[in-house]
Formats: sequence, C-alpha cells, structure tokens
Amino acid sequence: MSLAASSLSSLRRQLTSGDITARDIVEDVIAQVYTRDSEIGAFISHNQESALAAAEKADLSLPLGGLPIGIKDNINVLGDPCTCGSKFLKNAYTAPYDATAITKLKASGAIPFGRTNLDEFAMGSSTENSGIQLTQNPAAPGHIPGGSSGGSAAAVAGNLIPATLGSDTGGSIRQPASHCGVVGLKPSYGRVSRYGLVAFGSSLDQIGPLTRTVEDSALLLNALAGHDPRDSTSLNEPVPDYTEGLDKGVAGMKLGLPKEYFTDGICPKVRERVESAAKKLESQGAEIVEISLPHTDYAVATYYIIAPAEASSNLSRFDGVRYGNRTENPEDMLALYKDSREAGFGSEVKRRIILGTYVLSSGYYDAYYLRAQKVRTLIRQDFQKAFEQVDAIITPVAPEAAPKMGAAAGDPLKQFLADIFTISANLVGNCGISVPLEPADGLPVGLQILGPHLGEQTILRCARAVEAG
Amino acid sequence: MAEPTIDVRYVANLARINLSEEEITRFGSQLEGVMTHIEKLSEVDVEGIEPTSHASSVSNAVRQDVPVESIPAEGFLQNTPDQSNGMLRVPKVVDA
Repeated sequence: MSLAASSLSSLRRQLTSGDITARDIVEDVIAQVYTRDSEIGAFISHNQESALAAAEKADLSLPLGGLPIGIKDNINVLGDPCTCGSKFLKNAYTAPYDATAITKLKASGAIPFGRTNLDEFAMGSSTENSGIQLTQNPAAPGHIPGGSSGGSAAAVAGNLIPATLGSDTGGSIRQPASHCGVVGLKPSYGRVSRYGLVAFGSSLDQIGPLTRTVEDSALLLNALAGHDPRDSTSLNEPVPDYTEGLDKGVAGMKLGLPKEYFTDGICPKVRERVESAAKKLESQGAEIVEISLPHTDYAVATYYIIAPAEASSNLSRFDGVRYGNRTENPEDMLALYKDSREAGFGSEVKRRIILGTYVLSSGYYDAYYLRAQKVRTLIRQDFQKAFEQVDAIITPVAPEAAPKMGAAAGDPLKQFLADIFTISANLVGNCGISVPLEPADGLPVGLQILGPHLGEQTILRCARAVEAG
Repeated sequence: MAEPTIDVRYVANLARINLSEEEITRFGSQLEGVMTHIEKLSEVDVEGIEPTSHASSVSNAVRQDVPVESIPAEGFLQNTPDQSNGMLRVPKVVDA
C-alpha cells in the first residue's frame, strides 16, 4: 500500500519508529497526484516546494508531525491561491493569512498540501457547480463525488492523500464522504473556528475532517477544536482527547431511528444498509428506539431560506473592488459591481443570491426569513427532545447512493430535497458523522450518526463501532 | 404568505448582479418551484415562537479591547485589481 493510501495513525507509527520520513510521505502524495489526479480532478492546485520544505522541518514530536492534509479551496492558507471553485477568484487571489484551522493544523505539526475542488462557494452537493473543473468519484467512476467538499472526499477515496479538510453548511462534508466511502465529520457549531473559511452561511458553516478511519477523524478534531478570539461564535469549552475511549463500544448506548426519515423517498437499498447497521449495533449491546422529529418535513424549506439569505449577504463582499476579477473599463461604480459579479459567478451562486436577496427584501422578510427562523426553533426543539431520550441518532446520509454525473442538472429543487437528512444538524448546530457501510450495487453508502451539541465523543465512539463491524 | 413569484430582474438589481435575458427566464421558472416548496412553511403554527438566528449558546462575546497583530496592509492590497498610494482605486463615485 502506498503511503498516500495509509491512515494518519499508521503513518504516525511508521514515522515515530523511523521506518519512513515525512519527506517520503509528501513525495508519495506528490507522485500520486501527478500520476492519477488528472483522471480524478480532486485537486485544483498544489505547492510541492512548500510542502517538501515543511516535510524537511517536520517535528515528529507533535501529534500530527509530518502528515500532509489536503485543504478545501475555500479555506485560506497563507501564500496559496483560494479560488472557492469560482472564476471570480481564479488567478486573482492569494491568501494573505492562515485560517485558524490551518494555524492549528500547523501547530500540531501537519503539512497543508494542495487545494481541493468544491462546488462554487460550497453551494451544491455534486461538485459539478465548480467553476474550475469536474471531480470524478474514485469509488464509482461516472458518478458524482457528492459535494460541496467533493474534491476533499475524492482525494481521500482516490488514495491521493491520507486526509483532508472540508466545510459543511448543509451536509457538505458528510454527503461526499458517504458517496465516496470515507469518514466525514461535521463538528458542532462553534467547536472549530470559522476564521479564514470563506463564509457561505455564517450560522451554519463548520470546518471538519475527511479521513479513512474514525480514529483519524478524532486525531484531526483534536488539532482543530477550540476557542478562537478571532471567531466570536467559537466556543470557549474544554477540548477533550477525542481519541480516548473510541473503542469502548456501544453497549448501553441508546440510539434513535427517526421515523420521519424512513419514508418512500429513500432508496430501498440505502434503507436496507442503514437498518442492518442498526441491527448490528443492537447486537453489540446498543438499544435501538424509534424516535420522532416532527418538523422534518419543513427542514429543507427552512434551510433554503436561511442559507441563501446568509449567502446573499456574505457574497456581497465579492464586488470586484478589493479582490478577485474586476470587469474591464466599467462605466461607473454600479457597472463595476454588476458586471464583475455577472462574469465571476456561476449559475448556482447567482440563483441562490437572487433567492436570498428576495427572502430578505422589504415586504418579504417577515413572511420568509423571520418565519424560517421560528421554524428553525421548532426543529431545534425536536432535537432537544430527542436527545433527552437517546444518546445519538442514526439515519441515512442521503436518500440514494451517488447519482450519475449530470443527473440532477437543471433541477435545483430536486438537489435541495436530497439534503433532507443532513441539513438539520446545521440548522440546530449539532454534530454529525458519516461512516462507510457495505456498498450497494458497487456504490458506497454511508451511515449518519447525529449527536447533541458537543456530543462528538459519543458519535465518534459509535462510528468506530460501525467501522469495526 | 406573499405571492410566490419572484421578479428576478428587480431582485438582481437589488443584489447588484447583471443577468442575461436567458438567466432571468431560467431562474424565474426554477425558483418558482423552490418557492412553491418553501410555501410549506405557512402550514406551521409559529405563534409565540422565538426566532433562532444562530445555533450557538454564546451571545455578546467580547474580547479585551487591546491591539493585536493583524494582516499588514500589503497583505490586503496584494489582491486588489487596482490600487494607488496604498488605497483601492475605483471609478469616480461623486461628481465634483
């Protein structure tokens, strides 16, 4: 097995025993990217010189010393481009600072390597909305890798690099992880600093890891979690060692299956996989109970008011003045804004800005945005009640396995509805993880485990039990 | 709840984006479908329910009012499409 195809924990053992060097790992990652990424399209760019230089200086006494981590291209890494998958920023932006997640990775000894593809500004669930390139699903060629962190999931699934960072606003880590057959963790809102993550939906966004194993997910969360004075929504709560107690198993845990999630809209094969995973957990000593999340039916509508509203506000910063591509010879200031935005943004981004601007506009604010925020409260209450009853909730990640490329083009509502199982965790700020199950008809299928706010230890433990089988 | 028809041309102006005629038509019909779905929310009784603007338990987080190191001006200016004398340059906004 190539080093790039290994887990972080096994590389760590080989590094500390002196069998390999950090340079060996980075060189293998570079070789894999050169020889195979032209077919996958996971990476938009990479800087091999800086990665090799960092490998030479790697401090193996640190928890992630010498380990390369791929970075979604909407997270600022000092000196690297950051395109957000958009023509607006392509060849027109170099990050002048490190995101806090990157500062923390570096402080743990990790080496940020390369920029992974995404749906433009993280808007989408197939990575087909990237304005830069397409990404194939390495586990299922011809199928989408999922999104928006499709490049991050494909880089791990395609054995190009041991682990990556993604961002999750409505499922953008968990769903591509499920479609590509890797582990994807969305931490609780506030667990990881958002400073330096290009904002999409500020009340929903979180950075998290995509990895080969649950243990690697915990290792990366150890490095990422914690309070940041530069992000006032980050939580000043103690950070436990997430690798501790991973193998304790699920005996005595109470796990909920939400009855509203198992409807006709879900592919029978996916349903079967999730139900058999639940049975397996039961045989390992967990108690499985049916629970109810009565406002499930309203989650997509709530999300597709709140997320575009926040996006339309956040993306106003892309105006062609301070960074990015500016239209040539604009007549006046207004033309500079309007023409630069027309040329820079792709269809999905424009559509969501229109939707978001509309629901926030005078006369509609109360009917849409304010109402959605109230329904968000009801959805939150559903989960609070559920977590009084159970330790974690188990669900599918997506209603079906990875669709073929192009299958959902031109039908945004269809794509939106497929987010039903993942978006609630963002609306209520809880944590969630996708862990691979047996593939169905050759396509990867993930199990989603949802935990309460700051319940990462519980869901990691449960995910580890699923992984161990 | 309000009429679910978006005047895309009007909203695009609010959002400061030019759209082609083709986009105006296409977005109009695509968003019609989305708005019809969104109308579901009018079924929910939200009487007396407080809105949730974000899911964090933190409110009014403040830090000590002391200067901290930040990104140097050159860092900010390195990405600007047009600059002069350490400032961003844009077309004339106010007539003399």
